[in-house]
Amino acid sequence: MVTRSAVLLVLGRVLVKAFLIALAVVVVYPLVWMLLNGVKSNSELFSNPFALPVAWKWDNYVTAWNRGVGDYLTTSVLVTVASTIATVFISAWAAYGLTRVNIPFNRVVLILILGGLMLAPTVALIPLVKMFQSLGLYNNLWALLILYTAFRVPFTTFLIRAYMMDLPAEVDEAASVDGASKARAFWQVILPMCKPILVSTVLLNILFTWNEYLFAMVFTSGGALQTLPVGLTNLMSKHGTDYPVVFAGMAIAAIPVIVLFFAGQRYFIRGLADGVGK
Amino acid sequence: MTVSDTAWKPAASPPAPVSAKSPRNRTNKPARSRRWRNFVWVLPAVLLLGVFAYLPLVQNLGFSFLKWDIYSGRQTFVGADNYVRMLNDPIFWKSLLNNTLYAIISIAFQVFGAIILAAMIEGLRSQRWRGILRAVYFVPSAISLTVAGLLFYFIYEPEMGILNAALDVLGLGNFTQAWLGQENTAIFAIIAMSQWQGFGYCTLLFSVALQRIPSELYEAASIDGVGPLQRFFSISLPLVREMTGLMMIVTVSGAFQVFNEVMVMTSGGPNNSSQVLGTWLYRSGFVRNDFGYAAAVATAVFIITLVLAVIQLRISKKRRVQW
Repeated sequence: MVTRSAVLLVLGRVLVKAFLIALAVVVVYPLVWMLLNGVKSNSELFSNPFALPVAWKWDNYVTAWNRGVGDYLTTSVLVTVASTIATVFISAWAAYGLTRVNIPFNRVVLILILGGLMLAPTVALIPLVKMFQSLGLYNNLWALLILYTAFRVPFTTFLIRAYMMDLPAEVDEAASVDGASKARAFWQVILPMCKPILVSTVLLNILFTWNEYLFAMVFTSGGALQTLPVGLTNLMSKHGTDYPVVFAGMAIAAIPVIVLFFAGQRYFIRGLADGVGK
Repeated sequence: MTVSDTAWKPAASPPAPVSAKSPRNRTNKPARSRRWRNFVWVLPAVLLLGVFAYLPLVQNLGFSFLKWDIYSGRQTFVGADNYVRMLNDPIFWKSLLNNTLYAIISIAFQVFGAIILAAMIEGLRSQRWRGILRAVYFVPSAISLTVAGLLFYFIYEPEMGILNAALDVLGLGNFTQAWLGQENTAIFAIIAMSQWQGFGYCTLLFSVALQRIPSELYEAASIDGVGPLQRFFSISLPLVREMTGLMMIVTVSGAFQVFNEVMVMTSGGPNNSSQVLGTWLYRSGFVRNDFGYAAAVATAVFIITLVLAVIQLRISKKRRVQW
């Protein structure tokens, strides 16, 4: 009897592992297919979709780059860097104000900022278009910078605030004994101590901004002002018949974030797990 | 002095004390003005959110009672007309149905499927394999929905796509079709892509939740001769219950905000069969130039997401008290 259940257990383990690995292959294959299609010729795409490229046409990437992907990438990098920095600083200040400084209407401010977590961007879309048109910021990267920051501050503040609350009180006392002002305590003591959660929030904000589509599509229309997600759909509609170039463009958009995820996996997981409810 | 907010924070860790009054801070200035000066810490966040998130929310409600031509700028008050039109609009109901389908299917795969997967992964003996699988499943969640949507547009494509080609190889050639080009399959093809894209994210979070369960519980159960399946149902599942509740709400809330992938893959077509609230709102406002109507649809989205958010808050509050 013992041996039979032991055999079943081992068999179960093998089956589970085989299933998990098979699933991993199914999950990854579309991405591999994308990368391979980016170095094929157009006729190869249609002859046998599973075949490996005959001659690896790396110049598809060059073509994609010259057909606008280079510009889109530059814009994406610019918007991502600027809005991530703005979001993390504004959120860290707010988190500090909410946890370690005595501010008026503390409770109201807390509800106002964290309440932003439940706002869907689509709901604000129509008035925002009108607002940015009258501000003269329509079809302008400032629009994206402002909107990404505004809509990411609640989540980012939520994460940093939870972290700051766990820092012991002695930290502030030590800083004040040294005669440091609140501002100095923030920059020199608290902020450096928050480094792990700051890394998490930076990574999550990069991921968000790099991939955002709705605002990017509605608030920019000119070629060079477009970010990668919007630019790719343009590449598709303008040069729709040259599919390998579109695949190359997709790969250019996807590879940086995949690399980033693997490099900062630990921080990503921490941020995501804390974000759902610590 | 301290931030008293048990609602947002577990009682386990004491709230961070703030009352670090330095002698230097105790100047002659009245305490009140010092407090207001401290407001500068939260001012940027409050201003940004007030102007670019809350104000538009209120404005949207106002717009939904107008007939508004954005090009001529002419606005006329029409009362509840936009809402009446919305409730009589079959495409609005079609969109709502598609969002609901999205939610139901996502709960099945991304919540319950992910729990089972996470339990399978965490049950593996090799630490290395656990890490590799969690990361590999997550990769589709790192790429943008635009790239994922375009990729599956090609996968579903009848001429060059691998889905039909794979069906042919498997001898299921009868099932090959233009997945995104037909009214009865388009929305399901999009939802399927979304499961591929999102399940790894949920699996990762459930893995984290499972890791927090004390291993002694499993060891005790093993010694008592409890099998792996029963351990899953009597230990794992009950102990990730709160995470399950939260993930369900997050998933449903996401399902009612879907926009990107539908826009990229079908734009709501063919014949509006894959329209969702987000794309219908966009189309009404920016293609059909019917901004008042679009604002009414936006209000519907707001009400749905607000209700879900309140439920989410209740779940997390309850959990925090129990913890």
